[in-house]
Parts: sequence; structure tokens; C-alpha cells
Amino acid sequence: MKRAFLLLRRRAVGSIVVLLIVIVGAFFLLEAAPGDAVDAYVLSIGGGDPALVQSLRESYGLDRSLFARLWLYLTALAQLDLGWSVAFNRPISAVIFERLPNTLWLMGSATALAFSLGTLLGILAGARPRSACDRILSVGSLSLYAIPSFWLGLVLSIVFAVQLRWFPTAGIETIASGKQGLARALDIAWHLVLPVCALGFIYLALFLRMMRAGMAEAWRQDYALAARARGLVRRRIVLRHVARTALLPVVTMLGLQAASMLGGSVVIESVFAIPGFGRLAQEAVALRDAPLLVAIIIVSAVMVMIANLVVDAAYALLDPRVGAAETSA
Amino acid sequence: MVQISLSRRALLHSSALVMASAALPRYGFAQAVAKGGRLIVAADSEPRNLNPAIVASNGVFFISSKVIEPLAEASFEGKDGLEPRLATNWEGSSDGLSVTFRLREGVVWHDGTPFTSADVAFSALEVWKKQQNLGRLVFANLQAVDTPDDHTAVFRFSRPTPFQLIRNSLPVVTSVVARHVFEGMDDIAASPANNQLIGTGPFKLAEHKPGEYYRLERNDAYWGEDKPYLDEIVYRVLPDRAAAAGALEAGEIQLAAFSQVPLADLERISKVEGLKVYSKGYEALTYQLAVEINHRRKELADLKVRQAIAHAIDKDFVVKTIFLGYAQSSTGIIPQNAPEFYTSDVPAYPFDPARANALLDEAGYTKGADGKRFSLKLLPAPYFGETRQFGDYLRQALAVIGIDARIVNNDSAAHQKAVYTDHDFDLAVAPTVFRGDPAISTTILVRSGTPAGVPFSNQGGYANTQLDALIDKANETVNVAARTELFRQFQRMVAEDLPLINVAEWGFITVASAKVSNVSNNPRWAVSNWADTALES
Repeated sequence: MKRAFLLLRRRAVGSIVVLLIVIVGAFFLLEAAPGDAVDAYVLSIGGGDPALVQSLRESYGLDRSLFARLWLYLTALAQLDLGWSVAFNRPISAVIFERLPNTLWLMGSATALAFSLGTLLGILAGARPRSACDRILSVGSLSLYAIPSFWLGLVLSIVFAVQLRWFPTAGIETIASGKQGLARALDIAWHLVLPVCALGFIYLALFLRMMRAGMAEAWRQDYALAARARGLVRRRIVLRHVARTALLPVVTMLGLQAASMLGGSVVIESVFAIPGFGRLAQEAVALRDAPLLVAIIIVSAVMVMIANLVVDAAYALLDPRVGAAETSA
Repeated sequence: MVQISLSRRALLHSSALVMASAALPRYGFAQAVAKGGRLIVAADSEPRNLNPAIVASNGVFFISSKVIEPLAEASFEGKDGLEPRLATNWEGSSDGLSVTFRLREGVVWHDGTPFTSADVAFSALEVWKKQQNLGRLVFANLQAVDTPDDHTAVFRFSRPTPFQLIRNSLPVVTSVVARHVFEGMDDIAASPANNQLIGTGPFKLAEHKPGEYYRLERNDAYWGEDKPYLDEIVYRVLPDRAAAAGALEAGEIQLAAFSQVPLADLERISKVEGLKVYSKGYEALTYQLAVEINHRRKELADLKVRQAIAHAIDKDFVVKTIFLGYAQSSTGIIPQNAPEFYTSDVPAYPFDPARANALLDEAGYTKGADGKRFSLKLLPAPYFGETRQFGDYLRQALAVIGIDARIVNNDSAAHQKAVYTDHDFDLAVAPTVFRGDPAISTTILVRSGTPAGVPFSNQGGYANTQLDALIDKANETVNVAARTELFRQFQRMVAEDLPLINVAEWGFITVASAKVSNVSNNPRWAVSNWADTALES
């Protein structure tokens, strides 16, 4: 337990430095993009006179220098104030925490689907490498991995929502339905089926490939041979000896995937009109809302860090070699 | 007419005789409009400021025009193309220094306060004139609004202001807000009240769930008799265009306006049973596809080169291939949908690459060894698929006459900065809008003197003192006939000198369930109040 705690502490300190670099980097990157929040806004309203443009720029604080704005933002952030979104004309924390749950549900379910189904199918494929079952699963998973997620999302939507009408075409829940409690949870789950499949299926392939490769490797190890020599039942060898060792890198992968899942959700959230984090990030860039974008990056980074910390902690508990250096130092 | 009423009476008579009595109420029901129901509409954006008195734009009107009403609305049948809303009568003085509005009686705000001339005076002086993107121009010379009684408002101008301009801009710039809501605020534009609208319209803004929907509820105290017919309008936020088409087909939404269903999908959608496609209802919101020209480029400052570019564009091809027929080719800077001003008596530039090549040779830009005369930077506006597609077409059309156009693609904010602030372009493709009167958003496209940073204005460095003088004269000419004639001259002068090249003009497409009635029945339908829109259950 002490091992896990020390590991966590070291990671947390490192993370703050990374976060600071990311914040400043994002600020500069968005500044380097041509056009500012006023340009984006004035265009969206179909134009205005020069004095209006000027007064908007003043009220957005965009007449100040980049460093003045960055300093203001950082000092506010140090007091845990995420600031005001000029694009949405609301406090950033309100905008973010309204969308965070939707993305967490989407990503959590998609990750769970990809991890569980991917690992399971990987075990199936890796149980007998180069068998017919392995070949079919490998080809199938590679084809899935090659499909762009927006296309898969659109096809799923056309087949299962527009033609068969089993699921809704878009949204996170039935609009203005007034559903509460369990009925609302079921409604949200029903709306999430297609987007979760679209997002999860793509990443499923990754877990499947990794699990299968790890198992193929494990079969060649002496302990696998020893287990077979001892005359153990094949199912027992597969689950207890081969799959178990192959699972460790897959768990690491789970942590890494949390980040790319967040990126993949931009597209899926647009296709399925889910008001989540990915879509918010895209809107923040399009509307040149730097403080909002930075806040999204911070919250996403914190989410990814938490996911990785959990994975690390689990890893430390599973594998005695991990974090051993900390206790001895 | 006589025949129709006769046959209807005959039909009623015979049905009463022949049909079973149970059928009668059904027949009566079919005569009347369906009442009640929730209309679910696709929305592609959520405006950051929903107040149409401050932000006069279609994105805002689409939602807020049901809640907050203008003094008058555009109409197919009404006199001067208008029908009354909060004003019942309007009259301009012959000197152009005042306009008198008679206001509707018995109107109450959504919070129960009576609507009076004080609200109109406050809206005009404090909101339209000071805050509104278009009103700042139209009401620049508004000095005072007299309110002799609760239902009369007299607008007084410091300089002669054409009544024709005021009248034509009524639907767009005169959304009336409640004085008691905004009075005494330091910064009206930043007020939270802009997103919690209180209006006099047929619907009240009930709820906004960001990223998901807006819900509007029936205003039971609405002044229009029996109206509105709908109980609720829900705007469902669907940012993806394919999602809107899918939701329509699946019956999850009943209406998508502003071409939210892409033109390419219309043929398929129009065959879906129970869906109807409307191309009417956008006449007063006509968009024009224009090639903006940077006259700072030596080659483009030459009229012959501009004429050559105009001759190189096959407008019919653009209409048929890019707009799939849902557009018409332009003859000039004022669209054909504005019959009050439009004239076809202008120089035309028929598609003629040979003539274009000859003009370029004459101008002294002969083809080099590689077949190219010179290179240009072409920036298509990213706001519509059609503007981007036209950019690709223009590149090919220019290649035919030896002009090498390099396309630079930007997102909205970057395009605005590159073209309208930094002038870092040679040619740009813009979707400009005609808003009922040339003085609102058309003359600014060619008049000189607009500082950098203003979108949809002349940022190409074009300066023509004659044209500027003509525009200024029209801005203070009170006589309607004289002013109209000035704008006819204006069209001729623009077509002769080509400060920009107008290619096509288009309205949008509405796709709606066949159960929705009274769709597209006025020239600004999508941004009108929908009081008479009904939904069959």
C-alpha cells in the first residue's frame, strides 16, 4: 500500500508541471491561429459596424496583450476560478460541468465495452494462435480498426435508427421528456447504445490485438510449456497462466487509451449530437475561446491522470516489481 | 373564387345528406386547423446572445422571433410587402424627419405588463440605435421618439432619413423589447435578460438546456385571435447535417429549415413518404454568391481583368451543379427577389472564355510558356458547402483563361481575419445577404471608407468617388421614386465597374413533415413568429 502511495505522490507532482506547460502551450497555440473570438462572433451575427467590433473587443478583454491575458488567467486559475467563457457568455465551470457527465458516460461505457469485449475476444483468439478462429477475429478486428469512427457512427445511425428505428438517431436523452430516476437512466442508456458501439468497436480491435499478441508470446514461455507438461486442462492453462500474464500490458493500454478516447469522442459527439466534452473542445477552437479551451484541456488532463493513476495503482498491486524502487530508495 | 365556394357548399350539402352523421365532425375538423401539439425543429447553433433587438441575425431570429416581435413582418400579399405586428400603421413625413407608428392595443408582455409606446421608444433609442448590429446604421440619425399617447410613437430624425429604408428594414431591425426589463442597466448587451427573453410573441421561452434544446411554450395571452396553434416548439440542437436528415426520416423531428438538410440529400429525402420539401419562404433572406476582389493587386485593379474573370464564370453551371438548381444566376448586386429595386438593365457578362482570354491579352497579361498569365490567392468563405465548392469551380474556370488560382482554406475566424482585417487575399468567395433595402447591407460591399475588421464590407480597397457620391445621395433621398431610381443607377454602375462579381443568388430549403401546415407562407418564414403554424396529430 505504501508503495502505491509513494508512486501516486511522485506522479501527482510531475503532473502539475506537465499541466502548466500544457496550459501555456494551449494559450499560445490558439493565439497563433488567425482570428480571435470577436472575429468568430461578428461573423456569426452577419457583420456589424467598426465601433461595435471595437467595443466587443474591449468587453471581451481582447484589447489587452497576450501576456496580460495569460497572467490574469493563471492568477484566477490559482484561485481555482476557471473564468468566463466569451463564446457561451457563461461561467466556464458551469459549461464544463454540465457536459462532463455526458462524456464520462460515453467514454466510460465505450472503454468498458472495448476493454471487456476486446480482452475476451483476444483470449479466444490467443487460446489457439493461428487457428481459424484466430484468423477470423484478427481480420475482423483489423477491418474494424480501419473504419473511421464517424463513418461507423453514420452507418449505425442509418441502419439501426433511421431504418430499423430500434434506437434514437441522436441526443443523450429524450428531449424535454420530464423523465426522472430509473426511467431517465434507462432512457440515457438507450440513447448511448449506438454512440458507445461506434466509439467502442474501434478501440476494441486494439485490445483484442494486444491480448492476442501477448498470449501468443506467453505460449512460447517455459511456464506455459511446464503447465502443459504437468498435464493441466487446456482451459486452465489458457486462463490462469497464459491470459493472466498477457493481461498486464493490456491494463497499461487501458490507461493510455483514456486519452485517445477523449479525442475520438469529438467526432462521435457531433454525429450523435451529444453535448459532451469533445464537441465543446471543437466549439472552443472554432469560436477562439482560449480560456474555455484551456479549461477543457485541464479537466481532460486531470481525467486522464486519474485514469492512469488508477491503472498504475492497480498495476502496483498486481505486479510486485512495479514501484519497488520507491520503497528501497 | 365563386366556383370554389359553390363547390364547397355543394360538397358540404351532399356530405350532410350522404355521409353518416359520425363523419360530420370529422369533416368539420378538416376545415379548421389542427390545434395543439409539440413541433420539434432542428437547430444547428445556440446563439450566445438570444436578443433579436441587439443581434439582428438569422441564427438569433430563428428562435427568438417566436418570442419577441417586430413592428411589422414581411408578407407576400401585404402593402409594400409588409403586414402589421406590433404596429398597425406607419407613415413617414414628406421631409424625411419623422415617422409615425400606430401601435397595437391590448398587447401584454409575457410577464403581464401592458405593452405601450414607451417600450418602443426605449427599444429604439437605447437598444436598436446603440446596440444593434444593423440598427446602429439604420437609426444612426434617430434623435428622439415622442410618445403622445400609449399607442403612438413618433420617431424624429436629425437628418432626412428615407422612409423607404425604415419601412423596408422594419422586419429585421425593430424587435421590441420590454422597457421594464432593461431600463437602468449599465450594460444592456451583457445582461442575462438577453437569454431569458420576455416578449409579446405567440410563444414564451420556457427552457434552454445547453447543447440539447430550447423549449418554447404557447403564450395563452397572445393578441392574435386563437393563435398560436401549437402548444410547444422545441428546437433540438443537431450540429451534424447528416443527423438532421436522419432525425427527419426517423420522425424524431418534424422540421429542418435553412437547408440543414444538405442539397445533395434533398432528392432522396423528397421521396421519403410524409416529408415535404419547400424552397419558398426565404425571399426576403436572399443570399448572393459573390467574388470579392482585392483591388490592391495591380492585375485586379485593371477593369479588363475583372471583366475577363466575369466572362470566365459559367453561372448556369454553378446554379445547376453546385446549387443543384436551387438558385438562380445573378445579374448584379441587387437580387431579383427585390423587385422594388431590381433592374435587369445592366451590362451582362455571358460565359465566354475566348472573350475572357482576349481581354486578358488586351490588358497586357499574355500567357507564359507554361500557359499561365499570373497567380492569385483565392479564399473561399467556409460558412457554406456551396461557397467552398464554388471556390473549387472558380479555380478551374480561371485555369482555362490562364490564371493560376491557389486556394487557401480557413475556418470562419481565420477567414474573417485574412479577408476583412489583414486583406491577405486576391479573390475571396463571399455569401452576402440582401436585407430588404440596399442601404442595410448591400452598399457597404462597394462603398469605400469602412475601416478594416468589418466582415461583409468593402475590404478590397475599391474606391470610386462617383459610386460613393451616388450611395450617399440615396441615403438622404426621401422621395421613394427618386431613391429607387438612384439604386437602379447604382446597380448599373457596379455592373460596369465590377468592384465585385455577383454569380448566383439563393434562398434556403425547408424540409418538413406533411403534418405541419402553414409552412413557408411569408418571405421570412423561418425567422417569423409561426403563430399560424399547425401540427396535425
